[in-house]
Amino acid sequence: MIRLDGVSKVYRVSDPGETAKKDLHALKSVSLEIENGSIYGIIGRSGAGKSTLIRCVNLLERPSSGRVFIGGVEMTALDDAKLRAARRKIGMIFQSFNLLANRTVSGNIAFPLELDRWTKREITDRVREIARLVGIEDKLGQYPSQLSGGQKQRVGIARALANRPDVLLSDEATSALDPQTTKSVLGLLRDINEKLGLTVVLITHEMEVIKEICDSVAVLDAGEVVEEGPVLKVFTTPVKGVTKELLAQVMKTQLPDSFAGLKFTHERGSRQADILLQVSFFGDVTASPIISGLVRNFDADVNILVAHIDHIRATPCGTLVIQLSGPDREDALEYLLDMNLKVEVIGYVARSDGTAR
Amino acid sequence: MSQDLTALLARGLVDTLYMVGVSSAISFLLGLPLGVILSITAPDGILANRPLYSALSLLVNIGRSIPFIILMVAIIPVTRFLIGTSIGTDAAIVPLSASAIPFVGRVVESALREIDDGIIEAALSMGATPFEIIRKVLLPEALPAIISGLTLTVINLIGYSAMAGAIGGGGLGDIAIRYGYQRFMPDVMLATVIALVLMVQLFQFAGDRLSGMTRHDKKN
Repeated sequence: MIRLDGVSKVYRVSDPGETAKKDLHALKSVSLEIENGSIYGIIGRSGAGKSTLIRCVNLLERPSSGRVFIGGVEMTALDDAKLRAARRKIGMIFQSFNLLANRTVSGNIAFPLELDRWTKREITDRVREIARLVGIEDKLGQYPSQLSGGQKQRVGIARALANRPDVLLSDEATSALDPQTTKSVLGLLRDINEKLGLTVVLITHEMEVIKEICDSVAVLDAGEVVEEGPVLKVFTTPVKGVTKELLAQVMKTQLPDSFAGLKFTHERGSRQADILLQVSFFGDVTASPIISGLVRNFDADVNILVAHIDHIRATPCGTLVIQLSGPDREDALEYLLDMNLKVEVIGYVARSDGTAR
Repeated sequence: MSQDLTALLARGLVDTLYMVGVSSAISFLLGLPLGVILSITAPDGILANRPLYSALSLLVNIGRSIPFIILMVAIIPVTRFLIGTSIGTDAAIVPLSASAIPFVGRVVESALREIDDGIIEAALSMGATPFEIIRKVLLPEALPAIISGLTLTVINLIGYSAMAGAIGGGGLGDIAIRYGYQRFMPDVMLATVIALVLMVQLFQFAGDRLSGMTRHDKKN
């Protein structure tokens, strides 16, 4: 288990134009627990402190205060030599790959093994084995400049995994890749996580990445963890504005443009007002015919404004924005609230066309 | 051109190659560690050490700001102490090396500084020691740039060695001045100039080839 205990990081920065230096609080008392074998995502906008946070795990950045534990060992208490030994069991991959340009693919993968004093023969065998695992066994003799971005990141992953680490840190590993390559690299990370059972900690600014492979997520904003938990829970019941904003990237719940000009209130308003609500559903209910049930049972009309079905890892999750009208609309709302659904009343809209529906 | 003159030119060529060769070797040997120390003790280096960096940097700057012709005369006592005389080819090697060491230091420093911080960070994340980073990351990654810099140094030394001739250092420069200039022998002057030009061309060509062969960061 990886545990961060009140980790803070303060930088002394000089403001241009000002003579006095001031403190920049990059991390403010961050505490996290990351279970063995899970894929843990840390998301936040740029400047939120993500990259400082992930570097505090292997102490590329030393926290100003707080402690970091990996598997019961207090990293923050190790001396230089022991820290280096511990780092050999923590792989790391980077947005810009950071491969050695003057070493071949196989030389790059061999690098951490040389540092760990493996014999030549062991290195040759291991390099071939790990290259096969990440699907670059035919590139071993090439130099990084001859590879595509996706292939370079596979080399980065192979290098990070070569020494059989317990933990893999991923610093925006897919941010420089196109969507399709991103998908295949994320798939590889998940494969590795399942096959080797190693813990993956990744930082990203893309909710898509979290949705695709993470088990748990922490939302970082201005150096603080504002929301944390299993991905499904954070996705379905986001509390903080920043989380909702990030979620909007993947949950396409924006209202159609035609609604932008409408006046809608959160008060119940006039009796004719239609109810605008957002229904989110997860897991098995996705399959049940909710809307047709509603229409069959009540004298109400349903106008689907936005519909979106997605998968968070293997769990289907859907979002509907619907407009409820008709005499029984309040009862219909009750019906929806009774189902195992998450229903949120967005507001009430006066009917624009004036015709009864 | 008489037999004597041909022998004289051959002798000069050998002297020049000797002076340049030995002073290049000495300046590489001492300049390389100097450059490594400068780059790792720099404020953003892996073993940042401001006092040491500032002191070395000042020393290098002083060395590089003294014109060669003055340095040559100024360190005559040192030359006498090391070689036993201040005249001759061996004696010329001392000021030549002294002027090239700080130059090589800066060349190596700037080559090492060109390396992306991310690569060093990756090596640190894999548990590399500072020495391993120097040996396995910095030097191999900077090798093409270091070779280019050393080529530049050799070519500079060829030029300086001609000046060393002026204080009795021997070599092609000595011949050009004593025969070509002072005895009005334009054919000797021309011959030495051609020899020097060819030598520079040859070293530049070899240096570029070697640098290109070790460079793998560009698509080919």
